[in-house]
Amino acid sequence: MSLYDLFDSLERGPIGEAIRTSHWLFPVIEAFHLIGLVVLGGAVLVVDLRLLGLGLTRQSIARVTNAAKPVLYCGIAMMFATGIPLALSEMIKLYYNRSFWVKVTALTVVLIFTFTVKHPLIRRENTNRLLLFLIGLISMTLWFTVAGSGRWIGFSS
Amino acid sequence: MRWFAEWLDSHPWSTALHESLHMYPIVESTHVLSLMVFVGTLFIVDFRLLGIAFRNMPVSELTSRILPWTTLGFVVIVSTGLMLFYAIPVRTYHSIWFRFKVVLIVAAGINAWLFHRRMKKKPVIWNDDPVPPLHVRASAAVSVLVWSCVIICGRMIAYNWFDCDKQQPAWVQFLAGCVAEDLIH
Repeated sequence: MSLYDLFDSLERGPIGEAIRTSHWLFPVIEAFHLIGLVVLGGAVLVVDLRLLGLGLTRQSIARVTNAAKPVLYCGIAMMFATGIPLALSEMIKLYYNRSFWVKVTALTVVLIFTFTVKHPLIRRENTNRLLLFLIGLISMTLWFTVAGSGRWIGFSS
Repeated sequence: MRWFAEWLDSHPWSTALHESLHMYPIVESTHVLSLMVFVGTLFIVDFRLLGIAFRNMPVSELTSRILPWTTLGFVVIVSTGLMLFYAIPVRTYHSIWFRFKVVLIVAAGINAWLFHRRMKKKPVIWNDDPVPPLHVRASAAVSVLVWSCVIICGRMIAYNWFDCDKQQPAWVQFLAGCVAEDLIH
């Protein structure tokens, strides 16, 4: 089975079908996708700003990261819970959509980066400050790419 | 107000922005990215006031260090929002979603103003409390709820279900302020 066939069969599935045949399901799920974006964005920004030496600078980086974690997980959960159904309703369109592939790639990279590089290096106490600065910059750039290319999916047809 | 929307619509730049291949999507995307900064940072402060996150940090720490970023996001989101209105003024003016959104933004503004006024008047003895007093949590809950509704309404402006150029029930025509020349009977 090719990737196209997989996308095709996913689009024909019950969730995709239900969203496609409804007038209001897609817009409503999309609106909640935006609320998830805000929750996720807030959690990412406080930590990344701190890594850049901005925002909550009187608190240690590890402390800010730990405090933001529940919000981060909540945001990620909201994004997947709403984003997957949205994608399932238009898999074939997404297959041919460049922005979608940019988003999926950036999202995969940033998730792996967050859990295998960013969080472990923050946990380690003697990480170089310049390195932490770079981590904040990379994380923020990747997340903004995910959000921006995500919005762009709707513009490029 | 309708004359104002029509006047904006008569500007060549309004049409140019609306029909621009790149500018309109760029402004729209900037609006969404600044939403992430504006409401994202605002919600962090609200979650702290609700006592559900950042409980081990003083409230003043978050309000003094995070709210400036909220203000920055607000400036960008209002600027891009005005540009989006400028690009499609008449339809947006008659959009019931846009109208709800404006009312909700005013409500959120009043809620924030009342909160800050109270903060200034009374000494904040709950600055280090993991869970602030009920009136503080209530104010933060209203903020989260109202801004979420603003986001929902904002997203719905894009859909034409309740546009004046379609057959609409009387209540929609009333709320949208439809004028006779636009209606289809």
